[in-house]
Amino acid sequence: MGIRVENLVKSFGRTRVVDDVSFEIRPGELVALLGPSGGGKSTVLRMIAGLEAADSGQVWLDGERVDHLHARERQVGFVFQHYALFRHMSVAENIAFGLSVRDVPRAEQRERVDTLLEVMGLRGLGDRAPAQLSGGQRQRVALARALAPRPKLLLLDEPFGAVDAKVREELRRWLRKLHDEVHTTSIFVTHDQEEAFAIADRVLIISAGRLEQEGSPVQILDDPATEFVARFVGDVNVLPGRVSGDQVHIGRVSATVSGLPDGADAHVVVRSYDLKFWREDAGPGTVKRVTTIGDRVRVEAWLDDVQAPIFAQFPRRSSLLTGIEVGCRIAIEIAHARAWPVADGDARRLGGAA
Amino acid sequence: MRSVRRRPRGAAAVVFGGVAVWLTVLLLLPLGALVVTVAGSAQDVLTQLTTQQAFDALALSLTAAIVSIVGNGVFGVAGALVIVRQRFFGRSLLDAAVDVPLALSPVITGLGFLLVFGRSGLLHPILDALGITVVFAWPSVLLATLFVTLPFTLREVALVLEEIGDTEEQAAATLGASAWQTFWRVTFPNIRNGLVIGTTLTTARALGEFGAVLVVGGSIASRTETATTFIHAAIEERHEAAAYGMALLLAAAAIALLWVLQRDRSAITTQKGGV
Repeated sequence: MGIRVENLVKSFGRTRVVDDVSFEIRPGELVALLGPSGGGKSTVLRMIAGLEAADSGQVWLDGERVDHLHARERQVGFVFQHYALFRHMSVAENIAFGLSVRDVPRAEQRERVDTLLEVMGLRGLGDRAPAQLSGGQRQRVALARALAPRPKLLLLDEPFGAVDAKVREELRRWLRKLHDEVHTTSIFVTHDQEEAFAIADRVLIISAGRLEQEGSPVQILDDPATEFVARFVGDVNVLPGRVSGDQVHIGRVSATVSGLPDGADAHVVVRSYDLKFWREDAGPGTVKRVTTIGDRVRVEAWLDDVQAPIFAQFPRRSSLLTGIEVGCRIAIEIAHARAWPVADGDARRLGGAA
Repeated sequence: MRSVRRRPRGAAAVVFGGVAVWLTVLLLLPLGALVVTVAGSAQDVLTQLTTQQAFDALALSLTAAIVSIVGNGVFGVAGALVIVRQRFFGRSLLDAAVDVPLALSPVITGLGFLLVFGRSGLLHPILDALGITVVFAWPSVLLATLFVTLPFTLREVALVLEEIGDTEEQAAATLGASAWQTFWRVTFPNIRNGLVIGTTLTTARALGEFGAVLVVGGSIASRTETATTFIHAAIEERHEAAAYGMALLLAAAAIALLWVLQRDRSAITTQKGGV
């Protein structure tokens, strides 16, 4: 099912939580709405489902306006963050609910429930009460329940937010696989960029009620449209710099940028993996901390010239790490940076890549 | 190993003793005296309680209780849904108004009913034309009982509704359930325990109501006399055995209700931590 959202606006009291959001989603896509908590992503999702009424704007499903339709008439599957399972029903009754309210014959209900229990890895748990299941199992029941009436659109609101990290990883992979098999159009809301980039075909970045950027994970990582996106995505350093020609100088370190006015103060955004550190006694930085995180090493340093911290990540066996230890001086090279003029805040991108 | 149950000492002993005396004087002595007195004159009590007048009084009390359970059960669930789930102008006013019967003395309630339904009351012309007598007739007893029992079911159900939230109802809507299906299949099973507790409290209050039914009903034997006003009348007429017997009957009913309540409250506690 294709979705079109036009100029959606929603306020709660005096706070405008969704501010003129428009986008389009093609049939069969798996799209992530990514952004900081409280940015309005869930409200957008709830307006598509009909759980929340928009103040203005339109929602189109399959080329048809649905703003006047109640949630029950939109045939949209919805998965809630905290599962929202019917606590007094068994797992099987939960999954069958969407079928039984439509008076689907008993035998057909049972068949569909059995299939879904199987697909979701819940075989043998049909008679359990939701309270007897683990978080991951409950979320799979919620997913099965949403899928049972074969919705053409599946909406998931922070679906893995309430389960622990390991289960989350597993559910993620599993959602991607499920999407590829069932081929329902799916939208999920998350504040976890790793989650969004790992499974979505396309990512929509929403902050403070506005759509900041949309694109494939690679587009967003390589070509952030706004300073907000550049800062939000990936592990980044934000350093104070001054533009001089096509260079931006951060004390004695410099990087190539373009399109910025000469002499302007700028925020220089540098990803932790677009940096090189090596030991050099006359270098501009001092190493403060070295942490090993799995297969990577994170090095934190202090730039004396500009009084700012900077950090970088290297593969564990990288030759760049040779001789690097806490307290030593280092030289720094920026392979790739972006810069935004300071006064302009999160306005349109002005500085380009090297 | 030393005994865990030590005798309370010092200040603890004083508090313990105080509580014991307090409960004995206020609770155990009156109830015990009632039991002893009734047991001592069992034959007398039995004959005086098997009169038509006693039966009628009990029957009216039970009828008032049943009418209150049904009427305020339906109203309580609907009212709780409105107050908890809807947002509208004047909601907090309505919310507060529900508790008025708890705060108001039943005697005042009775007077209010007289002013509306009595001989020179507001609705008297209409009622007269229809040939209905309310005051000093059984309908007044039902009305007064309905009024004093109004908050109980509503409050208990509202509490449960507040606690379970509305995401299950939202889930039901996205799955295509109508409002009616959502209520009967999702909301109702979730509030059932609150309903049981509300009903228990309603029953206890309905059986025990005295002031309001006395003022509007006038305690006319076999017509507007309830179990409580029967006791009052029996004492006035020095039929002590009848009074004590009926009192013990009501006390037993109240204790039975308390037991049901206790059981259901603990059922709710064990049910929590659910989903």
